[in-house]
Amino acid sequence: MGKKTLMKGNEAIAEAAIRAGCRYFFGYPITPQSELPAYLARKFPEVGGTFLQAESEVAASNMVYGAAGAGARVLTSSSSPGISLKAEGISYIAGAELPAVIINIMRGGPGLGTIQPSQADYFQATKGMAHGDFYLTVLAPSSVQEAVDLTMDAFDIADKYRNPVLIVGDGIIGQMMEPVEFKDPIDPDDLPKKEWATDGAKGRERNIINSLALDPHDLEDHNLKLKAKYDRMKEEEVRYEELYTEDADIIIVAYGTTARIATSAIEMARKDGYKVGLIRPITLFPFPSDIINETADRVENFLTVEMSLGQMVEDVKLAVSGKKPVHFYGRTGGVVPSPEEIVEEIEKIGGER
Amino acid sequence: MKKVAGYPDSLTDKQFHYCPGCTHGIIHRLVAEVIDELDLKEKTIGVAPVGCSVLAYEYFDVDMHEASHGRAPAVATGIKRVHPDKFVFTYQGDGDLASIGTAEIVHAANRGELISTVFVNNAIYGMTGGQMAPTSLEGQRTTTSPFGRDVKEAGFPIKMSEMLTELDGSAYIARVSVHDPKHIRKAKKAIKKSFEIQLEGKGFSLVEVLSTCPTNWGMKPLDAIEWLKNNMIKTYPLGDLKTPEGVE
Repeated sequence: MGKKTLMKGNEAIAEAAIRAGCRYFFGYPITPQSELPAYLARKFPEVGGTFLQAESEVAASNMVYGAAGAGARVLTSSSSPGISLKAEGISYIAGAELPAVIINIMRGGPGLGTIQPSQADYFQATKGMAHGDFYLTVLAPSSVQEAVDLTMDAFDIADKYRNPVLIVGDGIIGQMMEPVEFKDPIDPDDLPKKEWATDGAKGRERNIINSLALDPHDLEDHNLKLKAKYDRMKEEEVRYEELYTEDADIIIVAYGTTARIATSAIEMARKDGYKVGLIRPITLFPFPSDIINETADRVENFLTVEMSLGQMVEDVKLAVSGKKPVHFYGRTGGVVPSPEEIVEEIEKIGGER
Repeated sequence: MKKVAGYPDSLTDKQFHYCPGCTHGIIHRLVAEVIDELDLKEKTIGVAPVGCSVLAYEYFDVDMHEASHGRAPAVATGIKRVHPDKFVFTYQGDGDLASIGTAEIVHAANRGELISTVFVNNAIYGMTGGQMAPTSLEGQRTTTSPFGRDVKEAGFPIKMSEMLTELDGSAYIARVSVHDPKHIRKAKKAIKKSFEIQLEGKGFSLVEVLSTCPTNWGMKPLDAIEWLKNNMIKTYPLGDLKTPEGVE
């Protein structure tokens, strides 16, 4: 571990990728993630990395598909409308079972939307990235330090499952500066060789990177194999944070920046006597359903807070399974909720104190 | 004794799925022969397209990567940047390269990406059932231009190879045909030259190969060969369109 450095989220994620042994980046400019590629364009030459600004997000995601198939640790980053364009390549990467890391510094939508922070890509990230039966592993940091740590973990998770990992941060995570500490860098030459990669079939059978299976039974078998990986992720990768949950009768479920704002609201409400706690999903897929379900046995109400019109709340309701009411508060279109607004919602649920 | 002909090492023994009279099989063989002759089999990564040659990865006995429609040059870029010492080629049809993949081919060429593209132009979408392609000839009847391609409505046959010669990153661009043995020999020569251009690090290279589609043209194989010779070559003239200085 090194000393603490004050860094912008986007740049810190880029530095973390370098330290994770990533040496390939393919991307296309879009606000509010531009500092990330700019950092890599500046720093990659020092470590022998390849930075390529593609002609489009579609091309960028397909370059990632090629580089991942060739066995590299590879990164791309974008923001909401750009992720929609990258979806094509991401579906192929998932179908061909390749590891890759994708960053989405989310902004308001739909359409061109706005460049302000948002969490309205939850559905896209966790359920509907692109065509076909697949999931990404989805990580949601709520601080610059956590963004750094999750970026380093993302490459390991991607390699472990041969599956694309998506890190979703809202514009605040990308833009704000916080002190961060980095782990020691990994030398990409020390990483295990990927025996399945296309690197020229020298002295071995040829390798094929592919997501085509014309026989439906073959494709069904393939998709069941993918499902087994997702089931294993649900066993091994679920991450969340609990705060003030021991004595709580209201649980706020929130992720990313919204979870930090909710924490401020919880501290304010607790001064007024409301017993409020927080469950903060860190993995959005696999979703921490079990802890939410177990908690539903001992609390009275759930409040989901999001920077959207209500997307994660559907997973919270599934997890609570009707045991207790699930309320929702959200701001959308790039508007960030204030702690006071969340306290008002707590008061509505908890009654006058 | 010198071996003068044989089955290329770089082709698997899987039987081609191509229709009778389709020239993809000839072009596959030429590519495989060149890979063998340049001793590239153990350092080649091929990128297959979407279209009739979508299953090319089953035929080339080298490392293969199946791309999405039109994106083969982007996929090949990713591969080549990771393995700059390896030989990387894309094999693409005209729907793939000249329509949905125009951005990818233009920018790969413009970056001078050290990849080689085999561009098979049969002036139609074959796999999906004979739709008009950007390369379809004026007046050509297809399922989506049933009265013949009207250039006022549907634009003109697109000359991708000529366009690509204008880019500073492209080193070698040629158009060949495989309608008779003499032209097949010339086609092989061009493919070999284009692969050597990559190996020498001179820049992006592409060989456009005029090809037949008897099934979707609605012709017998021999008539399709005649139609290629008499119609396609007029719109798409043959020859080396761009050659680097100092290269024969």
